[in-house]
Amino acid sequence: MRYVAGDYDVIVVGAGHAGCEAALASARLGCKTLVLTINLDAVAYMPCNPSVGGPAKGIVVREIDALGGEMGKNADCTHIQMRMLNTGKGPAVRALRAQADKVLYGRRMKQVLESTPNLTLRQGLVEEILVRGGRVAGVRTQTGAEYRARAVVLTTGTYLRGRIIIGDVSYPGGPAGQMPALKLSENLADLGFELVRFKTGTPPRVNRRSIDFEKLIVQPGDDEWLHFSHEDQLPRRPQVPCWLTYTNERTHAIIYENLHRAPMFSGEIKGRGPRYCPSIEDKVVRFRDRPGHQVFLEPEGLFTDEWYVQGMSTSLPEDVQVEMLHTIPGLERAEIMRPGYAIEYDALVPTQLRPTLETKEIPGLFTAGQINGTSGYEEAAGQGIVAGINAALQVLEREPLVLSRADGYIGVMIDDLVTKGTNEPYRLLTSRAEHRLILRNDNADLRLMELGYRIGLVPERRYERLCRKKEQIERELDRLSTTRIKARDVEFLLRERGTAPVQDGVRLDQLLRRPEINYGDIERIAPPPEKLDPEAAEQVEIQIKYAGYIEKEQENIERMRRLEERVIPEGFDYREIPGLSSEGREKLMQIRPRSVGQAARISGVSPADISILLVYLEHRRRAANE
Amino acid sequence: MEWDTIAAVATAPGEAGIGIVRISGDAAVEVGDRVFRGKRRLGESESHRMVYGRIVDPESGETVDEGLAVVMKGPRSYTGEDVVEIHGHGGPLVVRRVLEAVLRAGARLAEPGEFTKRAFLRGKMDLSQAEAVIDLIRAKSDLARRVALEQVQGRLSERIRKLRERLVDVLAHIEVTIDYPEHDVEAVTASHVRRAADEVVPEMDRLLRDAHSGRIIREGLETVIVGKPNVGKSSLLNALARADRAIVTDIPGTTRDVLQEFIQVRGIPLNVLDTAGIRETGDVVEQLGVQKSRERMKQADLVLLVLDASRPLEPTDVELMEELRSSPSPVLAVLNKVDLPVRVDRKAVEQYLGKDRIVEMVASQGKGVEELEDRIARMVFGGEVAGRDPAYLSNIRHIELVRKAREHLVSAARAAEEGFTLDVVAVDVRSAWEALGEIIGETASEQLLDQIFSRFCLGK
Repeated sequence: MRYVAGDYDVIVVGAGHAGCEAALASARLGCKTLVLTINLDAVAYMPCNPSVGGPAKGIVVREIDALGGEMGKNADCTHIQMRMLNTGKGPAVRALRAQADKVLYGRRMKQVLESTPNLTLRQGLVEEILVRGGRVAGVRTQTGAEYRARAVVLTTGTYLRGRIIIGDVSYPGGPAGQMPALKLSENLADLGFELVRFKTGTPPRVNRRSIDFEKLIVQPGDDEWLHFSHEDQLPRRPQVPCWLTYTNERTHAIIYENLHRAPMFSGEIKGRGPRYCPSIEDKVVRFRDRPGHQVFLEPEGLFTDEWYVQGMSTSLPEDVQVEMLHTIPGLERAEIMRPGYAIEYDALVPTQLRPTLETKEIPGLFTAGQINGTSGYEEAAGQGIVAGINAALQVLEREPLVLSRADGYIGVMIDDLVTKGTNEPYRLLTSRAEHRLILRNDNADLRLMELGYRIGLVPERRYERLCRKKEQIERELDRLSTTRIKARDVEFLLRERGTAPVQDGVRLDQLLRRPEINYGDIERIAPPPEKLDPEAAEQVEIQIKYAGYIEKEQENIERMRRLEERVIPEGFDYREIPGLSSEGREKLMQIRPRSVGQAARISGVSPADISILLVYLEHRRRAANE
Repeated sequence: MEWDTIAAVATAPGEAGIGIVRISGDAAVEVGDRVFRGKRRLGESESHRMVYGRIVDPESGETVDEGLAVVMKGPRSYTGEDVVEIHGHGGPLVVRRVLEAVLRAGARLAEPGEFTKRAFLRGKMDLSQAEAVIDLIRAKSDLARRVALEQVQGRLSERIRKLRERLVDVLAHIEVTIDYPEHDVEAVTASHVRRAADEVVPEMDRLLRDAHSGRIIREGLETVIVGKPNVGKSSLLNALARADRAIVTDIPGTTRDVLQEFIQVRGIPLNVLDTAGIRETGDVVEQLGVQKSRERMKQADLVLLVLDASRPLEPTDVELMEELRSSPSPVLAVLNKVDLPVRVDRKAVEQYLGKDRIVEMVASQGKGVEELEDRIARMVFGGEVAGRDPAYLSNIRHIELVRKAREHLVSAARAAEEGFTLDVVAVDVRSAWEALGEIIGETASEQLLDQIFSRFCLGK
């Protein structure tokens, strides 16, 4: 029996990492927001690894925070280990990674949702998107409840027509024992969306008390107090170690003997899996020569004995999982608490989206997270905040938010998805970013917080701190580039560091450019009138040391930006342009890029096509003026 | 301003007389000043006024040509931007060197039709011309793409691919170290980068050197004229080119270096090289010339051996014929000066080179040229003379890309050794890899990921 159950500005379907960010952004912008989830006990649930961050991903978390999102704070408040990775490889690739307490993580996020004004959290399985006059109008749940809304954000994760596979056993299901969403998938197909089938997987969890820690190598967290969020009042958390062990030839032999029972090889699985996180059986087969593979043992939380066996993602039958784990040092007596499994699910072909994450076909309908073909909590959350902001901005009749590839990893990801699509679950890697030197962990606030403030998600207090930081940086950069120091005042330092002496004197910024010298040295030999905050000092050092590279990158960005600014009118008919190559025309008609910049990144669209497009757009503009 | 500074040769290729290199954009005058040395700087000279000066290579300072330059301040210029035109008076080879100098001074090689595109976008052209502009861009880019692709087929693309392969080794390794910090692969060090640079840079240098020796400036079958001094090689070249380009005298040894002419024979482009006469000589400069002649001969697509019909064969002639018989290049023998009493042993020539390999001529009077052209055309259309797979760079865009790749790689190696971190070293290695990829049309960045995942076993 259908009934009208409520009227909202924005409805978010799903309360995973994408859904939470989308809902919070929308509600915080003042939109009356409803979140519907299959299971209220699985808010911000982590069905796979208990960690947040890592290369590229950690920077996404910082970007979400700079825009006014929740993931960073949530990880800061609930982690049980924090590490800065890549410390020796340069500031551009440094990244934070947290081991999260799964239970605490979900619980805190749920509390935040519950305590946010304008936000309603409700359990319900959405089966149908309501469309009226070509626009989204709301959703209908399994129980017949119809919710009206002006915008809907779908964040369905791996639930869409989800199917679990463990060896020769398979059944419809969502992740970690949840229900799947079967009807919604059909509904999306009926609405005209093109769907693809992807696959991902997770390793078994073992009981802590069955692990022999004596045989493992300890992996402690950092002693330094690290956090994702730019927020200043965060609690310090206890640090719990992870542990390392390796598979060996016996493990691999067992896998080989049972390959015929592995669904990946028997053809049972049809979905495309991600190359960057292959199952153990896949790794063993593809890299036959490797005598052993790393296995990290990670606690899933402080109040549980479940441990995550990173590196052993598998869809082999349960009995094989037991047998192979027992060949691994430290896991000889390991008891599996949950077996590993593979999951197949439906996703949208993401080229059906605009860079705002709104679907092109149905105005008002937004999507974020795994439904867009990505993988990873951070990727999902990054899209979630953008989709949530844009859904709200649309309701509020404000200009949409489009992040460019130079703004952040979130921009890189969304642009990749909507411009090129993906044929496997998409994961962010730093190598996907052409402006990697600019998209750093340390400057996420400088890149995005002002934007977050203007949108209305960053509170005044944080924004003021940002302005102070900027000012400190500017002032110090200015001082260093105008202050000279006498040779005799640096002589000792230079000798101590084994770097070449100077003749008369040297400008402070030139001195700092030397690899052997750091900002601490400058601060000591030529202190600024007012000591800088550590974060500002870090910026000064990076901006000076990498000035040459950063400037070059900025020039490239500037050039790209001009093309990004040339917006292609909505509903533009490429058939009317003479001279486009037929492949270029076809791709342009399919992707319908928002700007000439985006058009230029579509594969199959040649530079000549872009020139012609520019000439044609100019022609149109002038003709309209005349 | 909106666009970067571009440059290209503005005169049609092969056109005699002057060659114009046009520079347009924000920094046009700056770039011009880096290559043009007149009485005063171009930045200080009057707009639309020709000035005289030398054109120099901005790196070596070497004089490339002499000529005129003119600054046309925007918007009173073809493109509406600041434009500098350099009018050299050299042939295609020299014009090309001027263009290279300009590119080295900081301009970017213009895309096909780009000047016209800019002119249109800056409102220098009528609205009604839009379609014509589009047609031009389309036609020019299609041609350029076809030519560019043809130029890097076969062995050359193989060479470039190998270099990329070596670079992607290091690059994939760097990327894995960055994106999978806990993965147990050996960390990339400065010496990894250094080693790759040490292997790749010399090969890039070879590519650039070959390109710069001017072995082939444009497409065209390399046709080499050889023979003893004073048998009429230069006359033959002139007869073919129907122009007095080479110096023709009766003093043996006048042509000491290689002269060349681009000509069309029955629609077939030939790049004809007139070489120094081959003979025993004590003159060092001439010896060099002789040596060059022999090198050319071995690399040629077609060899024209000129023999003086009025004189008996000499040991040098026989030696040449023997050399040619064992070389892979197809040969035609030109019996020159048949207006004089014939003293040459025609049978012997036939024995060495084959019966149908002889053309009789009086090169100085242009007699027999038709017959020679016929013969060449038949050999080409019959498939006997085929352009050999060029394993060298001939397209200026490609040369620029190799140069750019080299610069990046050298800078990567230097950064690595100076202790710069991996993130910046990676920037240059990647740029080098991408520049090489552009030459052979492999530009998808997805390729790098493919490499990473196929080389390294990664997982979560």
